[in-house]
Amino acid sequence: MKLTQLEQELQRARQQGIFISSSGEQSQSMSGNGALAFDVEYGRWLEDHNRRINELKGAVSNHAGDGELRIIVDSVVAHYEDIFRIKADAAKADVFHVLSGMWKTPAERCFLWLGGFRSSEILKLLITQLEPLTEQQLLAIGNLQQSSQQAEDALSQGMEALQQSLAETIAGSLGSSNSSGNVANYMGQMAMAMGKLGTLEGFIRQADNLRQQTLQQMHRILTTRQSARALIAINDYSSRLRALSSLWLARPRE
Amino acid sequence: MDRVTHLASKKAAVIFTKSSCCMCHSIKTLFYELGASPEIHEVDQDADMEKALQRLGCNPAIPAVFIGGKYVGSARDVISLHVDGSLKQKLIEAKAIWF
Repeated sequence: MKLTQLEQELQRARQQGIFISSSGEQSQSMSGNGALAFDVEYGRWLEDHNRRINELKGAVSNHAGDGELRIIVDSVVAHYEDIFRIKADAAKADVFHVLSGMWKTPAERCFLWLGGFRSSEILKLLITQLEPLTEQQLLAIGNLQQSSQQAEDALSQGMEALQQSLAETIAGSLGSSNSSGNVANYMGQMAMAMGKLGTLEGFIRQADNLRQQTLQQMHRILTTRQSARALIAINDYSSRLRALSSLWLARPRE
Repeated sequence: MDRVTHLASKKAAVIFTKSSCCMCHSIKTLFYELGASPEIHEVDQDADMEKALQRLGCNPAIPAVFIGGKYVGSARDVISLHVDGSLKQKLIEAKAIWF
């Protein structure tokens, strides 16, 4: 069987929607529905999140007691769990959509790392926004920032190794056509490449695990009042980025 | 004593990996960043070893991280322990690192 015949068969199969679309066409592929469903769920979660943050802002400006603040802060932190669960499902359905960051606004996408935010950057922001912190807290937040940076670097290096490995596999499948040995080689290498692509989901899962753990650890280090300020600051920062995106998209062009 | 437990107890930090596993590469990198020199055992050609890891309850089987002879977990566990500072603590206690 010639290589060109194989390519034609693949093309036909792709058109019948058997393979996940490689060019990101949304019309026929299964992945298109997964992406859309996630975008909608994320939009809903964000609305819900903003509502809770507004409730928190109200409580803070009305000088609510620690008890009342704690209830709202805990509910915001618990609500963060929801988006990580939603993202895990989305990564299973369409890992490339999550990785692309197309579900975020353009300015947010500038800072995208493995399908989400960098915990180390959030912590850098918070150190400036959360003064005064006790010596102990400064040390703990500093350690947390260093740990998240180290974990981010480690995951990034794993991703680079994956990319390298994938490139080598595809390169290994190149060769002259029309020999049965080369067809077998092609199929084998494609199967290996498919296996490697399958591991991407694991990287997103661990990146989100890192985000989740960092948020929880931050919550443990800070007082209730500080946690409230931190959550508000994170939300304000993200809202600014989203506003920047809107300005950018609406900018006058020559 | 089974082979896994035997190998795991020979060095302060031991990681069972596969050469094809890029998440293993991440976990190794993290250990190096912490100044640890873990003993690495690649199980690509060793289906028995991989089964032994599964029988011990390692899930997923690869990477399997042991510190001081005790199973610490896979990638997810290692990252969680690193974030709350316990990974470093365990490495210090097992004398895999000094600070």
